[in-house]
Amino acid sequence: MKRFRWQNIYLALVFLVLYIPIFYLIFYSFSQGHNMNHFSGFTWAHYQELFQDQRMIEIVLDTLLVALLSSLLATIIGLLGALVIHRVKKPMWKNTLLSLNNILMVSPDVIIGASFLIFFTFLGFKLGFGSVLLSHIAFSIPIVVLMVLPKLNEMNTSLVDAARDLGATQPQVFSRVVLPYIAPGIFAGFFMAFTYSLDDFAVTFFVTGNGFETLAVEIYARARQGISLEINALSALMFLFSLVLVAGYYVLNQYNSSKKGRKRRMEANHNR
Amino acid sequence: MKRAHGFYSVPYVLWLALFVIAPLVLIVYQSFFNISGQFTFDNYKLYLSSGTYLRMTLNSVWYALLITALTLLISYPTAYWLSQTKHKQLWLLLIILPTWINLLLKAYAFIGIFSQGGSVNRFLQFFGFGAHQLLFTNTSFILVAAYIEIPFMILPIFNAIDELKPSLLNASKDLGATNWQTFSKVVFPLTLDGVKAGVQAVFIPSLSLFMLTRLIGGNKVITLGTAIEEHFLVTQNWGMGSTIGVVLIIAMIAIMFLTGERKKRGR
Repeated sequence: MKRFRWQNIYLALVFLVLYIPIFYLIFYSFSQGHNMNHFSGFTWAHYQELFQDQRMIEIVLDTLLVALLSSLLATIIGLLGALVIHRVKKPMWKNTLLSLNNILMVSPDVIIGASFLIFFTFLGFKLGFGSVLLSHIAFSIPIVVLMVLPKLNEMNTSLVDAARDLGATQPQVFSRVVLPYIAPGIFAGFFMAFTYSLDDFAVTFFVTGNGFETLAVEIYARARQGISLEINALSALMFLFSLVLVAGYYVLNQYNSSKKGRKRRMEANHNR
Repeated sequence: MKRAHGFYSVPYVLWLALFVIAPLVLIVYQSFFNISGQFTFDNYKLYLSSGTYLRMTLNSVWYALLITALTLLISYPTAYWLSQTKHKQLWLLLIILPTWINLLLKAYAFIGIFSQGGSVNRFLQFFGFGAHQLLFTNTSFILVAAYIEIPFMILPIFNAIDELKPSLLNASKDLGATNWQTFSKVVFPLTLDGVKAGVQAVFIPSLSLFMLTRLIGGNKVITLGTAIEEHFLVTQNWGMGSTIGVVLIIAMIAIMFLTGERKKRGR
């Protein structure tokens, strides 16, 4: 009992540390002052300022668009990649593919950014929305593969064999047996890809050129000039947005697992 | 059958060729050119002969080690105890949630928290320690980097612990192992892959966090990443930047080799 309480205190501390900076930002977004040192009266002024900042709104929308598009495309290509790697049976080839896949996972952001910059310049590709989107897709693919592959590996091959024996075609086996089984991995991969894209600064910073900006690049530029509480207001809104997303993800997960639970219970009853 | 295999592998293989192999080849290629576009080995000669570059590299590795160690120290117990809670998936989501807040916003928050009149300093003053210069120090760089990396360490470790079969733990306890023995002989070895994945996910980015060295470290800590960014985007010396990049890639390969999955023996 005592050990149990120590654990909870530790966990509470970790959560506190993780969330204090975020709430600190949000708290001062309501302050009338101009810095994050003293709270001087409640105001919505920074939010009004934010909503009138046409440039900032555009940047936010661009950032979300890049995140959504890149994570969707990365999920599709990553899923295909996981299937390819899963299919390869020779250990040597499998390991080679996995190592290649992991290169961008372990590559430092600056290496990805710098090498992509050389790559785009070499091809004469114009820096901007296209180069940022392609880069985000590229660095999100390996995480999707890594989220889907374990699900494929743990899937019992007799499931697939059974489906084939019962006359299912290749597409049917995939959509009715394989896909539902690995769906949690795909969702996890998608959300990780989305996270990567939203969180990325360094790669974007290298390949963005002059015309296109994401939120991170803009915040970097502003933070170097000092504190402006408009950014605090922005972070409060982004936090709310994340909460909504996470709540949605959680509900979806619960729904999936309860469905599975119900099925398992039914099977148990059946066996009895 | 064979044809279907070939068809769906096209996008992935294309990605491997264009965005994994080509950029790597190009950065190595670029490292042999000087600022006026002539082929040369000078970049490597300069790197290896100048104490500044070598010291910077060692410094960067040292800071990355400190950040990784601190992150691991905080993350393992968190992941372990988190996996024992009710609603653990919800708690895990709450750990991941801060990673959805942009890294730059978090760095920006610390500019406020660590500033001269910020809350940490007011806290110190309250207990009679007086105000300190916190922002733009090496310590603040390590703390903020660790703060940002913690979720990326917790996630793989949590997954590894979560995949443990409870029957293994029960077996260990049935056979008379104490809690500590169960942890050190069963849980930790079986979750080592998660730890390695976490170390990979934290150590390598820590070598390249140039925005933190600029915003939080006040340019006192120069990491490999800072040097590359400087060469590419400020001085426009892509050749030297690529050379440092190649060094960073070698460091990355070393880390992958050290933490990669070893071939499982036996059976």
